[in-house]
Amino acid sequence: MNIHEYQAAEILQQYGIPINAGIVCDSADAAADAAQKIGGKVVIKAQVHSGGRGKAGGVKLAEGPDDARKVASEILGIDISGHIVNMVLVAPAVDIQREVYLGAVIDRDGRGVTVMASAEGGVDIEEVARDTPEKIHTETAHPHLGLRDYQCRRLAFKLGLEGKQVGGFAKIAKAVFKAFTEKDAGLCEINPLIINGDGEWQAIDSKITIDDNALYRQKAAEELRDLREENEIEVQARAHGISFVKLDGNIGCMVNGAGLSMATMDAVKFQGGEPANFLDVGGGASADQVTLALNLVLAEPDVKAVLINIFGGITRCDVVAQGLLEAMGKIDVKVPFVIRLIGTNQAEGQKLLADAGITVVERMDEAAKQVVAAAEGAA
Amino acid sequence: MSILVNNQTRLLVQGITGREGSFHTGQMVEYGTNVVAGVTPGGLGKDVHGVPVFNTVSDAVEKTDANTSIIYVPAPFAADAIYEATDAGIKLIICITEGVPTLDMVGVYHYVKQAGARLIGPNCPGLITPGEAKVGIMPGYIHDRGPVGLVSRSGTLTYEVVNALTQAGLGQSSAVGIGGDPIIGTNFIDVLDLFQNDPETEAIVMIGEIGGSDEEQAAEFIKNNVTKPMVGFIAGQTAPPGKRMGHAGAIISGGEGTAAAKIKALEAAGVKVADTAAGVADIMAQQMKR
Repeated sequence: MNIHEYQAAEILQQYGIPINAGIVCDSADAAADAAQKIGGKVVIKAQVHSGGRGKAGGVKLAEGPDDARKVASEILGIDISGHIVNMVLVAPAVDIQREVYLGAVIDRDGRGVTVMASAEGGVDIEEVARDTPEKIHTETAHPHLGLRDYQCRRLAFKLGLEGKQVGGFAKIAKAVFKAFTEKDAGLCEINPLIINGDGEWQAIDSKITIDDNALYRQKAAEELRDLREENEIEVQARAHGISFVKLDGNIGCMVNGAGLSMATMDAVKFQGGEPANFLDVGGGASADQVTLALNLVLAEPDVKAVLINIFGGITRCDVVAQGLLEAMGKIDVKVPFVIRLIGTNQAEGQKLLADAGITVVERMDEAAKQVVAAAEGAA
Repeated sequence: MSILVNNQTRLLVQGITGREGSFHTGQMVEYGTNVVAGVTPGGLGKDVHGVPVFNTVSDAVEKTDANTSIIYVPAPFAADAIYEATDAGIKLIICITEGVPTLDMVGVYHYVKQAGARLIGPNCPGLITPGEAKVGIMPGYIHDRGPVGLVSRSGTLTYEVVNALTQAGLGQSSAVGIGGDPIIGTNFIDVLDLFQNDPETEAIVMIGEIGGSDEEQAAEFIKNNVTKPMVGFIAGQTAPPGKRMGHAGAIISGGEGTAAAKIKALEAAGVKVADTAAGVADIMAQQMKR
C-alpha cells in the first residue's frame, strides 16, 4: 500500500527524525494561507502516489502568499503518470549544505532488510543503482537482532561524514530501520536527507510503502489510505478478495490463480490482442465470486470481448459452469465471450455450457486466438 | 526415485481442524498420502478423516514419528506454526498459507535454515510425487508418474502445465510449487539441484514469473550444474511495472524482475523457453522424443 509523502514524514517524525514540516492544502487559497503562516520562501509539492513529481512540474518554489496561490493553482489538478493532484504540501524552502540518500528495503535475494545510503542524494536512486552501483552503500540487518549501531556508523563513514554528523546520521539510520520494521514497510526512504544551513539533519522528502499482507496488524496504516489514488474497480475487487489490475487493452480477462491469469494475458498478447485487465478470481471460483468478477471486467467500457479461463482443480468444472451460467443470467452481457474450462469433471462442465449455447474452447492458445478475433470483429 | 516426498513421508497437518486443513486432509488421505497426525491447539483427541489430532507439534512428533509438516493455519499465525514445526525437529515444512507478512518470513527463513530444515512456501500449492504422496492442495488426478520434474512459483498455472504434460503422455517424477511470495523457503536453485541429482527425473520444467531475480540466479546455476533438458515459461510478459500481479512477489520494481530479462537469462543458459504456457508441454514432448 502506498501513502503520501506528508504521511510518511509524519511517521518518521514519530521516530524522532527531524522533518521539514509543512501544511497540506487542497486549494490555492489554502496554499496562500499556509505560505503566509510559514513566512519567507516556500516549496510547494504535489501529494500523489507517483514518482517523477519534479520532472512533471509537481514541485515548485514560491515567494510569499500570492505567488504560492499562483503556483499551487498550477500544480493542483495536473496529471502525474495517471494520478490527479488533489493536494499540495507547502513547506519552508531550506538551505541545503549537503544532501544524501537513506532508505530501507526488503532485500529479496538476501531474505532480509537492507539499509542503503548514498552520497548522491536528491536524485533518482534507481538510476544511481543502475549506472554507478559503487556509490550505494548497504548494511544488512540481522534477521533476529536487527540493525546494530556500528552498522549505522559504518554507513556514515562510507558517506564521508565527519564529527557530530556521524552520530546524527547513525541515529536517523537506526530510526528509519525501526520505523520500517514496526510499520511493516516494504520501502522506507528519505531522499534527500540533508544537512541544513544550521548544520542540522533534516528529512526533506520521505516515502513509505506498507506490506499489504501486514495490514491486518497495521490498522493505523489503513487510515492513511487515499482511495482517490486508486482505480475504482481495483478498490471494489480488493473488498471482495479479488486481485484486479487495470490495463490498457480491450480484452477482458477472468482467470483463477495469479500465475494462470498472467499466462492468459500473455497468450492474448501473443495472439496480437491487448488485455484490458489482470483478474484473479481466486483458486476456488465460486458462483458469487464469478458474478462479482464478471461485473468488474464488464465495468470497463473499453472491453470489446471477454476471455474466461478457469482451471477447475479442487473446484469441479460442473460447479464452475453452473456459477458462470448463473452469473451470465444476472448480468446484461453485450460483448462476445470465449470460455475455456478444463480440469475436474470438464466434460460435464463443458456440456452444461454447450447446452446453454456457449462454446467452450479446449486449448488456452486457441481460446486466446478466438477472443482476439472476437474483439476485432466487435471493434 | 523422486524428490522430497514419497511413500516414506509421514505427514503432519498443522491447522487440521480448520476449513482448509480438514478439507485438504481428506483429499490427501484419499490420494494415499500417509497422513499420521494433525495439530490444532486444544484439539487433542479429535479425529479428522481418521487422522488423530494433538495439541502441539512436539506431542504429535513424539507419538507418531511424523517427518513432514504441512501448514494451513491463517496468515497471522503461520510464522509461529513454522517455528513450532522447526523446533519439534521436522525437517520438511510446507506452508500453504497465503498472505504472510514479509517481515515474518525474514525471521523464519533464517531460523529454518539454521536448524537444517527445509521450508517450502509460503503461498504455495505444495508438492506431489505422483502415486506416492500428495502434500498440498493440487488436484491429484491430473498427475501421472513419469520422467519430468516440475518446479513453479504458481498454483493453477502449475496444474495447467501438469495437465498438458500428462495428456501428452509425459508423467512427472515430482512437481513442486515453491510459492509466489517475495521471501520463500526454497527457491528454484534448491529444487533444480534435487531434480538434477534424482535418477528418475530425465527432464525439467521450470515455471517462473515476474518479480525478483530468482529466475536469473537459477539460470546461472543451470549453466554450470544442470545437464538435463529443460523447458521454461515466464508468466507476466504483459504485466506493467510497479503493479503487483496477484502474488505478493509478482511485481516489477525499479526495472528489475521483468519477464524479458528472465527469458533472456534462461535462454542463455540453454533452457527452451515457451512463448505461451500452452507451448510448454509441446516443446517438452519434442525434447523427450530426441
